[in-house]
Amino acid sequence: MWPLIKLLPIKTNFHFVKFARYAAILSAIAVIASLARALVPFEPPCGGLNCGIDFKGGTVLELSTAPKAVDLATARGALERMDLGDVQVQAFGSADQAMVRFQTPAGASPAETVDRVKATLTQALGKVTFVRTDVVGPKVSGELFNAGLLALLLSIGLMLVYIWFRFELQFGVGAVVALFHDVFLTFGIIAFAGLEFSLTTVAAILTVIGYSMNDTVVVFDRLRENLRKYKRMPLREVIDLSINETLSRTVITGVTALLALAGLAVFGGPTLFGMSIVLMFGIIIGTYSSIYVAAPVILLWGVKRFDEPAEPLKTAVPRP
Amino acid sequence: MLTLSRWKVLLVILSVVAGVLFALPNALPKDVRESLPGFLPKQTLNLGLDLQGGSYLLLEVDLKALKAERLNNTIEDVRTQLREEQIVFSDLGLVGDTISVRITDPGQYEAATRLLRQNIGSDLPGAVGGRDIRVTTEADQRLRLALAPEAMDAEGRRAVEQSQEIIRRRIDELGTREPSITRQGANRIVVAAPGESDPEKLKAILGQTAKLTFQLVDETADIVAAQEGRVPPGSVLVPGDQVQPFYVLKRRALVTGEMLTNASAGFDPQTGQPVVNFRFNGEGARRFANATTQNVGKRFAIVLDDKVISAPNINEPITGGSGQISGNFTVESANDLAILLRAGALPTRLNVEEQRTVGAELGADAIKAGQISTIIGFAAILVFMLLAYGLLFGGISIVALLVNGLLIIAAMSLTQATLTLPGIAGLILTLAVAVDANVLIYERMRDEVRAGRTVAMSMDAGFSRAMSTIIDANLTTLLAALMMFQFGAGPVKGFAWTLSIGVLTSVFSAVLITQVLLAWWYRAARPKTLPIA
Repeated sequence: MWPLIKLLPIKTNFHFVKFARYAAILSAIAVIASLARALVPFEPPCGGLNCGIDFKGGTVLELSTAPKAVDLATARGALERMDLGDVQVQAFGSADQAMVRFQTPAGASPAETVDRVKATLTQALGKVTFVRTDVVGPKVSGELFNAGLLALLLSIGLMLVYIWFRFELQFGVGAVVALFHDVFLTFGIIAFAGLEFSLTTVAAILTVIGYSMNDTVVVFDRLRENLRKYKRMPLREVIDLSINETLSRTVITGVTALLALAGLAVFGGPTLFGMSIVLMFGIIIGTYSSIYVAAPVILLWGVKRFDEPAEPLKTAVPRP
Repeated sequence: MLTLSRWKVLLVILSVVAGVLFALPNALPKDVRESLPGFLPKQTLNLGLDLQGGSYLLLEVDLKALKAERLNNTIEDVRTQLREEQIVFSDLGLVGDTISVRITDPGQYEAATRLLRQNIGSDLPGAVGGRDIRVTTEADQRLRLALAPEAMDAEGRRAVEQSQEIIRRRIDELGTREPSITRQGANRIVVAAPGESDPEKLKAILGQTAKLTFQLVDETADIVAAQEGRVPPGSVLVPGDQVQPFYVLKRRALVTGEMLTNASAGFDPQTGQPVVNFRFNGEGARRFANATTQNVGKRFAIVLDDKVISAPNINEPITGGSGQISGNFTVESANDLAILLRAGALPTRLNVEEQRTVGAELGADAIKAGQISTIIGFAAILVFMLLAYGLLFGGISIVALLVNGLLIIAAMSLTQATLTLPGIAGLILTLAVAVDANVLIYERMRDEVRAGRTVAMSMDAGFSRAMSTIIDANLTTLLAALMMFQFGAGPVKGFAWTLSIGVLTSVFSAVLITQVLLAWWYRAARPKTLPIA
């Protein structure tokens, strides 16, 4: 038969809870740093995040002058004469490709401005192919930003309701604290790495929320089961046991997802690179937070334990 | 679990057959696909514009401009009505978004009120007073005319519907391949044109209102004075052409573009210049004939979107019902104008609020990148599962995963959901997380074996105990995806849809397919130990 790799010993017995105090300090520092980096300077709408045009409006052009290389200086000079304000012209990918970004001047029509810019560039550079044009007007970018924020808040709210419905209150609180922890840290990595904050990034964060929740639920399910099974065992030991029992699943699922996403980051091209980085990071912190944020909250708060042998639900059913 | 009910096996077989059937068209070349008999599905994956290249335009119907125009027209109506009844007035103009006018003679005030209430605006059931324009009296012999909000709502709705229709006609005239034109929200229209289409051309064609009017030139007006703001009442200053930078025109249109029945580009037989030939309908022909008969020797201007294209002399009455617009046309611009005139004028301006264009080549690169990373991701999962659970159990989960992939492609093809680049990322992530269900089941089985249960009992318990966790875990992902679908735009919607389909199919395949395969193996092998324990 196949030699199975044993990722972990058959039975692990790590004392996770013992380190919870240090982990809490670490988490708190990370969350504060992330929030500070993502919010400062307090400028709406993006703060310290590197907002893409989805949320801030403006235009991105990708152009190619293949087979000759793009004359960036000429392009810059020509565009500066147009009085567009802050125009960025940068090399993108290979030498014969470039990316141009600018904000639409106030009062001008974004769609007309981009046509003028294209004409100017064609005049300055000769034959230019515009492989991508993204124009987002100020009205739309505001709406996209609000919709993104709303989606984020509503998903967290929905998760809370769901967890509350499926578990007792303190489980729900633990899960939501872990969720906020993950969301804040994900924003932190986006801000620290200078990744573009766009619609795609929001999708990635929402997926992280889903995954983090998924992971927490697995641990909690086992915890709830063990609480019923080992009624006399101290809570911290039950928590350690539950985490250890689900550990090999946590590692296997996490590693599979990371492997697949690593492929995406390497081969998926520039659009998917940022997204896959955010997802990979999110999976790691989602896993960490199930163990070191969600579970300790329950330890702090405590759970109602039942001494009766029967399950609490069954005893509550009135007999006819 | 080990005693399979017949419906479970049947369900698995049916879904695999359906999966193959609906996913198959994607693997066939186009000509084979089209020669398939009619009862077989032919739909392939619907690729988003970021994958196949194309243009996406979000247009907003400018309701403000519509309202402004409506108010201006009403001012002209008021002026004409009062003049015809020889009522003296002053201060006719806009105040905010209402119209105000002062009747000079107190004796005529009541008559003027009655006149305007009767003749301005039209009936509108549901509005206050039953009219779309309300005339109220104010101090100092003033009258105020306000548009009923219901009137603007109804007009806005009509304008959006009309715009959608006109956009469709214009794009059809351009010969764009399979464009999709959809309403979004109250006053927006999304135009998505796949393939190698020219976004500038598209914008140029959609960005023009193409409102055509024929108006008499006010030859008595002083153009210099008009440019300084002293335009004679009933006339209007309009930018012009090379011949004359500004014209003062009579406000009233002799004929409008709606009275055209046909327009085509052609050449002037004398000068060889590109021109646009047109025909009037019955009413247009009659009105044009009357106007030209009465005004021989004067000039009339052909005005397109508040700009004079040309202002020819009326040498003789034009009664034939057809005519020619000559301006400074190129062959292309004559062609474009003919398209616009044939398709009709938009009720108001359309503003481009968002544009996303991806070249076909870039799209092809994205597809390639997506394919490569899907294959790599899949291979990584495959190797890892084999290493972790061995040939048998790992293999079974891979079979479940393959079926899962098949079902996703089938469901995406069947529902014609749009597959975007982030959607591909969703697909890969789904495949990776799909094995989670298998992992949960297998790990449970291991636990049960270690707890001293028999193989059969462990396998049974593995499934039943892991089930609630699997459902909990996947429901959370599904909820997040639903939020994305509800609030996300464009590519994010595609991602959310792929993720949702993936969650459903992966629970199905990881639970049912795995179960059926394991049960078959158990019956055949009657194992004494669990290979993964």
